[in-house]
Amino acid sequence: MKTMRFNWQPSKKLLIITGHFGSGKTNIAVNLAKRFAKSGGKITLIDFDTVNPYFRAADNRISLERAGIKTIIPEYANTNIDMPTLPPEIYSVFKDENPGALAIFDVGGDDLGATPLGMFSPQIIESGYEMLYVVSMYRPLTSSAEDAAMLLSDIESASRLRVTAIVNNSNIGEATEPDTLIRSSEYIKQICSITSLPLAFSATMLESGNFDGIGSLLQMTDETRYLWKEPGVTGE
Amino acid sequence: MAKVLMKGNEAIAESAIRHGCLHYFGYPITPQTEIAEYMAKRMPKVGGVCLQAESEVAAINMVLGAASAGARAMTSSSSPGISLKCEGISYIIGSDLPCLIVNIQRGSPGLGSIQPSQQDYYQATKALGHGDSQVPVLAPSSVQELADFTGLAFDIGDKYRTPVMLLADGALGQMMEPVELAPEGQAVLPEKPWAANGHEFKRKRNIINSLYIQPDELEKTVLERYKRYEQIEANEIRYENYMTEDADIILVSYGITSRICKTAVGMARQKGIKAGLFRPITLWPYPKKQLLALADQAKKFLVVELNMGQMVDDVKVSIESKKPVCFFGRTGGMMPSPGDVLKAIESEGGAR
Repeated sequence: MKTMRFNWQPSKKLLIITGHFGSGKTNIAVNLAKRFAKSGGKITLIDFDTVNPYFRAADNRISLERAGIKTIIPEYANTNIDMPTLPPEIYSVFKDENPGALAIFDVGGDDLGATPLGMFSPQIIESGYEMLYVVSMYRPLTSSAEDAAMLLSDIESASRLRVTAIVNNSNIGEATEPDTLIRSSEYIKQICSITSLPLAFSATMLESGNFDGIGSLLQMTDETRYLWKEPGVTGE
Repeated sequence: MAKVLMKGNEAIAESAIRHGCLHYFGYPITPQTEIAEYMAKRMPKVGGVCLQAESEVAAINMVLGAASAGARAMTSSSSPGISLKCEGISYIIGSDLPCLIVNIQRGSPGLGSIQPSQQDYYQATKALGHGDSQVPVLAPSSVQELADFTGLAFDIGDKYRTPVMLLADGALGQMMEPVELAPEGQAVLPEKPWAANGHEFKRKRNIINSLYIQPDELEKTVLERYKRYEQIEANEIRYENYMTEDADIILVSYGITSRICKTAVGMARQKGIKAGLFRPITLWPYPKKQLLALADQAKKFLVVELNMGQMVDDVKVSIESKKPVCFFGRTGGMMPSPGDVLKAIESEGGAR
């Protein structure tokens, strides 16, 4: 099986990752952060999720910091405070003029999760940003291109920012099959056509599969922490 | 229908709609709010009602009203919110109305925490409302079961004219897994000749009520209801045996904790310990006979829950105290790892 190329590179110092909740934003953010850090980038990952109570980027704090990635995490993430507040440290990324500096925003799901971006939008626009919209054809509320495009425009309104490219993360979790991703090609084409946006890259957790003609492909590890799974043990 | 990827809470909501539930009444509380959010998005598209009530108390009484008129109705909440609904649930039981009540449990008591817990076992299985009453309680352990048992709960409710509880926890509500849903628009709902939905002078008036002026009349209704409970006990018990055939130590665990235990059983087997898992799926009615059937063979039972041991007595009663029953658990929103459960198995002698 040939290894697919991942040749997408961020071109601005802020990379904002948005999408429907459950589309895989956090896993993509964590994988991108680790990949760019490995190739020498000075990476900051911001857990910008104020809507999700658990299974979030903050869970990966230790492994991220071990990989040399700075994390900015809401003070109350993974505690009993329902609404994690955003730390003032976020402002530091707008002032960071170091070459190779990249701040990745792991934003909460839907327009609701994107709303807090709005208060930072003047600084974000001034600093220069790219905003990716992660979609999956196998999430029921975005399973049609029209619904996916509608949510994209809701996220743009809420964040007062513009999406710059699409990320195709069409997967069915553990039920993902070799052709799961390729079956979403037409769906992604339609979203790109409706929104007049390019496809940045596709993402998968499979090591191999039918990826012919898929373009730039991010092959990821599963960074979701489900406590009941133990590698190498049958049962779960 | 092909598989899709869903959060547990979403799967409950979509499955409810596909099983013909067009009436949802709720009030937000973490970690189940996605049920209400999903309903708010989907119900208008399928001609249904999603109503955010002014409180949990109001929501459960709206369920009472909708169910009285024969609608397939539901509400959902998390532990503190369920406590608020308990009065209404007793009224629904007393009125013999079917409905679905979902509890995505969080750490307790009090306002507690927003992390997963199983601390409402007593409340759900012993006294979900005041008075002589029982409510069938289903304990799913995966997103697929959340979807499947949502449909099952409605069917059991209609068959026996009773509210049914789907008892899960924050981890199940929040996690994402592949799920195959029931087909859309194919739900077949039973006739409800008792419903107060307008007699149009063509039949006798139907009266939905839980207040009785004469105590002997009230006693009759309770006795009749307990006949139905006997039917539920005879027909609706569900459970799973996992590697119990030759097990010396049998873990008893439900819901998300049973998945941690399955992994722990696998780890114990790798060490040569004959461990197995018995998973009650219906927490009421409790699978007493099925557990008793394992009592002669097993040397020991180990109950594992996200609480302080609320199921231990049910296990002791089921196995008629033939073997020792020990307990391991975490509480308040904390979860044990499979390794923690393995340690508990080993410290109980492991029955090697």
